[in-house]
Amino acid sequence: MARAVTDRDARPPAGARRADAFTDIVRMESVQKYFGAIHALRDVSIRVGRNEIVGLIGDNGAGKSTLIKVMTGVLPPSAGRLFVRDREIDLSDYSVRMAHDLSIETVYQDRSLADKQPLWRNFFVGRQITGRFGFIDIKRQKAIAEQILLKSIGFRGAGITVDSTVAELSGGERQGIAIGRAMYYDADLIVLDEPTAALAVKEARKVLDFVAEIKAGGRACVYIEHNLANVHQVADRLIVLDRGAVVAEIRPPDTSVAELTDFLISIQQHD
Amino acid sequence: MAARAGTSVIRRIEGLSIIVVFLLLLGLFMYTAPHVFFAPFIYTTFLSTLPPLILLAVGLTFVIGAGEIDLSFPAIIGFSGFVFAVLFKEYQLGWIAVAAGLAAGVLVGLLNGLLIAKLGLPSFIATLGTQFLWFGMATVLSGGKSYALRGADESTVWQALVGRPLAGVDGPPWLWQLPMQALWTAVIVAALWFLLNRRRFGEHTLFIGDSNEVSRVVGINVDREKIKLFTMMGLLAGIAAIMLTLENKNYFGNQGQGYLLTAIASALIGGTSIFGGRATIIGTVFGCLIIGMIEAGLVASGLTGAWVRTIQGLVFLIAIILYLIMEEPQRRAAFLARFRPAGRRPTPHPAAPPEPGAR
Repeated sequence: MARAVTDRDARPPAGARRADAFTDIVRMESVQKYFGAIHALRDVSIRVGRNEIVGLIGDNGAGKSTLIKVMTGVLPPSAGRLFVRDREIDLSDYSVRMAHDLSIETVYQDRSLADKQPLWRNFFVGRQITGRFGFIDIKRQKAIAEQILLKSIGFRGAGITVDSTVAELSGGERQGIAIGRAMYYDADLIVLDEPTAALAVKEARKVLDFVAEIKAGGRACVYIEHNLANVHQVADRLIVLDRGAVVAEIRPPDTSVAELTDFLISIQQHD
Repeated sequence: MAARAGTSVIRRIEGLSIIVVFLLLLGLFMYTAPHVFFAPFIYTTFLSTLPPLILLAVGLTFVIGAGEIDLSFPAIIGFSGFVFAVLFKEYQLGWIAVAAGLAAGVLVGLLNGLLIAKLGLPSFIATLGTQFLWFGMATVLSGGKSYALRGADESTVWQALVGRPLAGVDGPPWLWQLPMQALWTAVIVAALWFLLNRRRFGEHTLFIGDSNEVSRVVGINVDREKIKLFTMMGLLAGIAAIMLTLENKNYFGNQGQGYLLTAIASALIGGTSIFGGRATIIGTVFGCLIIGMIEAGLVASGLTGAWVRTIQGLVFLIAIILYLIMEEPQRRAAFLARFRPAGRRPTPHPAAPPEPGAR
């Protein structure tokens, strides 16, 4: 699981930025999100330290996915402020592309890859390597994709090339590709949205190793997970969401998995 | 694993299966109507009559590849053709008339794009509406009249766009018939091939067709790309309108109506997926050749014109079903499962993605 991929040119100069002095890789203040009349995020304020693994937990519909979509530029918030590396972001022009430029990567449960497209296009879509006249440098993209594939996790290996389509892959292979892509871009913050949901136990194990590696590499991670044992094991801090609001922040050493489970059930039963 | 390797060999040559079908059909017509299909003039005729169909179908290849549809292009041909014809004939504006005709196509396409991307109307409904709107508009403005462009062939516009540059040169007479629109169409189609396969816009088009949701999270500006897509379709319909009007030296409001089904069928016969996410320019061009050749071939083989649409429809359906079986393994599995006795549930295809409901 070495992170070294030889060709680094296409990546943002992460090293240069990491030397900057900042406390929090991302901070949200009083973020509100409405979908019509539905109040999906209620006054959410959270921070993620520069080398912190933050677990985001809560029941279905608690607002976890909406929260990370706002954080990563997929959805604009209805109100609130967002800071990246302690600098305020102008929300009117925040976008996925800008989040990429700020070295923030996201791996979604099952929405990171396009089924009918070949792997090499999936690796680079949204930030294609192009030549002087704007043509996609297919040769170079394929060569780099080949490298990522060799180092990616969750592969049975045989028969898959950079020209294979995503539809030909198993769930574990897909997740391996999505994580491999995030690793390649060497992000300072990696957001994982239920990365183990579709995986076998052994493959899930590799995802946890990957999260530990993010920590060891001095980077940060926001980790959404249903399996409390998994997230309890790797997170530095757990944020509990309920009906769009942050209801608790928990440090795993202070709370056992059993206590955590009881707590989550208790907040559900409050009304 | 053998299946994975096998499909990639077929995929390596774009449109291979449709090229084979085209050659078989050509062979068939050479057999049933040798006097026509062994003479050069049928082919020079194709070169002058097929370009509008090819331009429309190639534009639709992008639109359908993005999982959308455009039903309004026949009306754009009517409207854009009217703008061109009236300025060209009544006001003698020459190239300005060409520019205005193209601008009309672009504006109608842009409006389609805005309705679909910004208001969120399904493209089927939006373009069905604009189809009536612009067809009606062209009829109102032209008063239902047709415009005969007599003498147009003396203008530089006509010479440059649909002229016969080799007319009268030394050599076989079929050389004299080679039309300019075939050259322009070849240039445009080549450019669009690069646009689809080698540019960001083309890649984004296919990702949008695959999934709007995935496209958004990987950072594609889905709304903006859809607006560009429909605007481009409008421009191509505008070019087709001008070529058609000049080639016929006549404008009439209905001139685009015959293209609705043939252009959509050409793109789909070529192998562009009706479900979006996969598109092939070369396949579409051969789809157009097949659609055009069926028309000429059946008549030359002694069948009446009434058979043409019937056979085209049949070929269209067969092609769609074949693509479904070949390239959509999960649909094939679902389809075949209906014919198995209850209790013997088929094991899911290993390559099949999870059921759509699972996400």
